[in-house]
Amino acid sequence: MTVSDQEDLAAAAPAAPAVTPATVAGVRASREALYFARRNRKLVIGLGVVLLFLVVAIVGPLLTEHGPNEYVGPPAQRPSARFWFGTTMFGQDVFAQFTHGLRSTFLVGVLGGGLAAVIGMLIGFSAGYRGGLVDEVLNMVTNVVLVIPTLAVLLVIAAYLRVRGVVPEALFIGLFSWPWVARAIRAQTFSLRSREYVDLARLSGLSGPKIVLNEVAPNMSSYLFMTFILLFGGAVLIAATLDFIGLGPTEGISLGLMMNNAVLWSALPLGMWWWFVPPGLGITIIVGALYIMNVGLDEVFNPKLREM
Amino acid sequence: MRRYFGRKLLIYALTFFVAVTVDWIIPRFMPGDPVQTMLARASLRPEASQALQSYYTNLFGLDVPIWQQYLNFWARLLHGDLGISIWQFPQPVTSVILRAIPYTLALLVPAVLLSWWAGNKFGAYAARRKWLDNTVLPLGYVLTATPYMWLGILLAWSLATVAGIFPIAGGYSFSLEPSWSLTFVGSLLRHWFLPFASLFLVGFGGWAIGMRNMIIYELEADYAHYLESLGAPRRLVRRYAFRNALLPQLTGLALQLGVIVAGALVTEIVFSYPGLGYLVLQAINNQDFFLIQGAFLFIIIGVLLANFLVDVVYVLVDPRTRTGMRGAS
Repeated sequence: MTVSDQEDLAAAAPAAPAVTPATVAGVRASREALYFARRNRKLVIGLGVVLLFLVVAIVGPLLTEHGPNEYVGPPAQRPSARFWFGTTMFGQDVFAQFTHGLRSTFLVGVLGGGLAAVIGMLIGFSAGYRGGLVDEVLNMVTNVVLVIPTLAVLLVIAAYLRVRGVVPEALFIGLFSWPWVARAIRAQTFSLRSREYVDLARLSGLSGPKIVLNEVAPNMSSYLFMTFILLFGGAVLIAATLDFIGLGPTEGISLGLMMNNAVLWSALPLGMWWWFVPPGLGITIIVGALYIMNVGLDEVFNPKLREM
Repeated sequence: MRRYFGRKLLIYALTFFVAVTVDWIIPRFMPGDPVQTMLARASLRPEASQALQSYYTNLFGLDVPIWQQYLNFWARLLHGDLGISIWQFPQPVTSVILRAIPYTLALLVPAVLLSWWAGNKFGAYAARRKWLDNTVLPLGYVLTATPYMWLGILLAWSLATVAGIFPIAGGYSFSLEPSWSLTFVGSLLRHWFLPFASLFLVGFGGWAIGMRNMIIYELEADYAHYLESLGAPRRLVRRYAFRNALLPQLTGLALQLGVIVAGALVTEIVFSYPGLGYLVLQAINNQDFFLIQGAFLFIIIGVLLANFLVDVVYVLVDPRTRTGMRGAS
C-alpha cells in the first residue's frame, strides 16, 4: 500500500478507520474484541440509540390507527395529548408521519448502504486481488464515478421519474455511492494479497474468489462492517437531501419529505417548530449515533486508539 | 509532473464525457415521453406551449438517427446552448444559470475554505486533550451528522423568525434594487450570513473530527515517538503531526466536494437564496428539464475544476508528490 493510498482511505469519510496489524490478527482477537466492546461507552451508547429508534420505527406506526398522510385533526395544532407531535398545516398527524418516515430512513440506509457496500466490495476485491489490466480499468471507472457528485446524478434521474418509491430511491443511491469504498478495499486487498497465508491458499489450488472470501475478507471484516455503517449514514443523508429538494417518494412519507413540506408551506415564518424539528432531529441523532458507534468500534478493533 | 497531471486530466476529461452522456441518455431512456410530460405539467400560455412543442421535437430530434442526436447534443453544448428555460421562458438556460452562479459561489467558497481551515485547527487542538475530546467531539459528530437543510431550518427559525436578527429569505431585501450602494451591500451581507453559517458549521464538525482522528494516528507514528524520545517539546511533535495529517484532509476535501455542493443546494432552498439550489427547486416544480440538465452540467464542471485546484495545491504542499513525479515512479 502506498502512502497516498493509505491517506485516501483515511480521508475517505468522516472517521474512516485504518487497518492495523490488530485488525489483521483476526479471529483470535474476537473474544478480546467483545470484552472491549462491552466496556466501550461510545459503542454501547451509539448502538443503544440506534436500536431505540429502530424500535420506534417498528412499533410507532402500530400505535396510530391512521396513515401518515391522512387528514385526521384540526390544522396547525401544537403537540398535545391527542397528537403527540402536533399536526401539520393540513391536519396530518406529525407523529404518524415521523414514525413512518423513520421506517423509510432505515429502509434507505439498509438497502442503499447495503447495495453500495456490495458493489464497492466486488469492485475493490476484483481490482485489488487481480491487479493488472482489470485493476487499471476498474480503477479508472472508480475514479470517474468518484468525481461525479452523487446528488447531481440522482437529481437528473429522479426528475424524470414520475412515480418514485422509497426502494428505487435507495437502490439508486446505492448505485452511485460506492466509489470510495471500492478504492479503500482495493488498497487493503493489495496489501493483504502478498501475505504468506494467501500464497499458501493459492498454492493449495483455491480459486481467486474463494481466496478473497475465505482468506482476505475475514481479515478485514471489522473494516467492512464499519464501512457499511458509514454507507448507511451517507445513504440516509443523501436521501434526506433528495427528498428535501422535492424529489422524494411520491407516495408514502419520509423524514426529508416532511421537512420539504414544512418549508414549502411556511412552517418557518409561522413558527410551527413541531413540524420541522422532529424529522431533522431524528436523522441527526440516528446518523450521529452511527458515527459515534463507529468510533467506538474503531477503538475496540484498534488497540492503539483505546484510552488507557 | 506532466505524468501526474496528464493522468488527472485524463480522468477529468473522461468524467466530463460520461457526465454529458448521462445527461443525454437519461431523458431518452427513461420510461415515458419527456416532451409530453413537460408540456402536460407545465402551465404555459398557448403560444409558448406551441413554440415549445416544435422546439422540443426539434431538439430531441426524433426523426434523426440516434448517433446524430448525440453529436448534435455535443455541438450545442460546446456552443454554450443548453436549451431554453420553461420556468423563465424564453430565456436561455445558460444565462439563467449564470445569473445564479455568483450567489452560490459567494456561499460555497468562503464556507468551504473557512470551515476547512478552522475545523483542522480546532481538531488538531482537541486531539488527545481529554477534556476537549470528551465534550466537544461528540458535538462535532452531531454537527457532521446534521442534514444541511435542517441546520439551516433551525437557524432560520431561531435567529430569523423568533429572534428577528436576520432576514429569513432571499438574497437581498425585496425593497431594494440591485446596485453597488452601501445599503444594498449591507442587505446582501445580512441575507448571506445565515446560509453561510449553516454550511460552515456542518463542514466545521466534519473537518475537526477528521483532523482529530488523523492527529491521533500520527502521534502514534514512529517519527513522533522518536522525536519524543529525543526530548522534543510536545508542541513541536504536534506541529509535525499536524503537517502530515493535513495531506489526507486535503484529499478528503476533494472527496467531499460533491456532498458540500449538495449541501449548498438545499441550504439555498431553505433560505430561498437565489443561487443554483433555488433554481433547481424552481426547475423541479416547473418541470423545467433543460434547466435541471443545465444545472447538472454546471455542478459537474464546478466540481471538476475544484478537484483540479486541489490537485495543484496537493503538489505544492506535498514534496513527495514532486520528487515522485520527477524520478522514481
